[in-house]
Amino acid sequence: MGLSWMAWTWPTAAFFVFILLALVAMAVWEWRSPGGGPRRGILGLDTTRGDRLFISLLGSAFIFLAWLGIYGAPWSSPWSTRCWCSAWCRALSL
Amino acid sequence: MATKTQNSRAWLFVLPVVVLVAFNALIPLMTVVNYSVQETFGDNVFFWEGVKWFEQVLHSERFHASLLRQLMFTSIILMIEVPLGVAIALSMPKKGIGVSVCLVLMALPLLIPWNVVGAMWNIFALPDIGLLGRMINGLGIDYNFTQQPGAAWFTTILMDVWHWTSLVVLLAYAGLRSIPDAYYQAAKIDGATPWAVFRFIQLPKMKRVLTIAILLRFMDSFMIYTEPFVLTGGGPGNTTTFLSIDLVKIALGQFDLGPAAAMSLIYFLIVLLLCWVFYTLMMRHEAQ
Repeated sequence: MGLSWMAWTWPTAAFFVFILLALVAMAVWEWRSPGGGPRRGILGLDTTRGDRLFISLLGSAFIFLAWLGIYGAPWSSPWSTRCWCSAWCRALSL
Repeated sequence: MATKTQNSRAWLFVLPVVVLVAFNALIPLMTVVNYSVQETFGDNVFFWEGVKWFEQVLHSERFHASLLRQLMFTSIILMIEVPLGVAIALSMPKKGIGVSVCLVLMALPLLIPWNVVGAMWNIFALPDIGLLGRMINGLGIDYNFTQQPGAAWFTTILMDVWHWTSLVVLLAYAGLRSIPDAYYQAAKIDGATPWAVFRFIQLPKMKRVLTIAILLRFMDSFMIYTEPFVLTGGGPGNTTTFLSIDLVKIALGQFDLGPAAAMSLIYFLIVLLLCWVFYTLMMRHEAQ
């Protein structure tokens, strides 16, 4: 039995490869520079690098959903959501 | 100087769990993501649809209604079960044979399979032959959970409270038993009232277990399926159709795998977000 039942597509495969690479990169980062880089950011929370990655991904998912819910598809500009997500991730890393 | 935060060898010990989680959670989740952007008519043939299903679900009044019902149900049972669980834990005996008896009695509802709980309450609450149904009608109150939305909600909530308050009781009781006697002795010397003992000793000491209890009850109640499905089947009409029941209707009843997958992911993200918010707020409060 192959993996055809999982109905893979290139965009979804790329998405999961990105997540996997991000996790590997975080593991290597932690190995090279232990401690998690704790910081108090704009949310007023004490977060580590892993926390910030999690919040960035979760927040980005909701930004995409909110954009889709408000403006619908076809998106007036897919770059708008990417800009919002980038701004969100950048803000969290400050 | 930065120090290592963990022992890397520990990863070897968690490897079996990682493999297990990969099979029972990650692979299904990846499949759901794949389904959420495609349409299928069976026979493993899929057509790319992009974000169409997400848009459809986000604009669906049916989804909004079931999400609202779900949020209402979860809020109500948390507001009942947590205070009630703490109150029962406080009134339980501290020593003697009564402890074992109470713990066994409290654990009993948790041991009953969920579908059996639904079937039990279905019979128990029937207006013509059920003990509860007949009793309420005998009091002169018109009660029929198969036809009245209010009665269906009342019965569903009562069933959940009966089934799951014990979990809060057991966790709260464990938290209470971990408080050293010295705290109570100091409170007695200071002439503290029972309320002051609860407010300044017992509640702060129970905070950690209550955090776990609230999180567990939130997640379980937000994903509830079996009990209301067996009890009311989501009815009368759609009045007790919670998110998971609606999801199963779309996925298996209508075989709309794409919209069901998109709905599952939105559902998953909401659970993830609310759990994170709950946990962060409680940990922050504890740190303060």
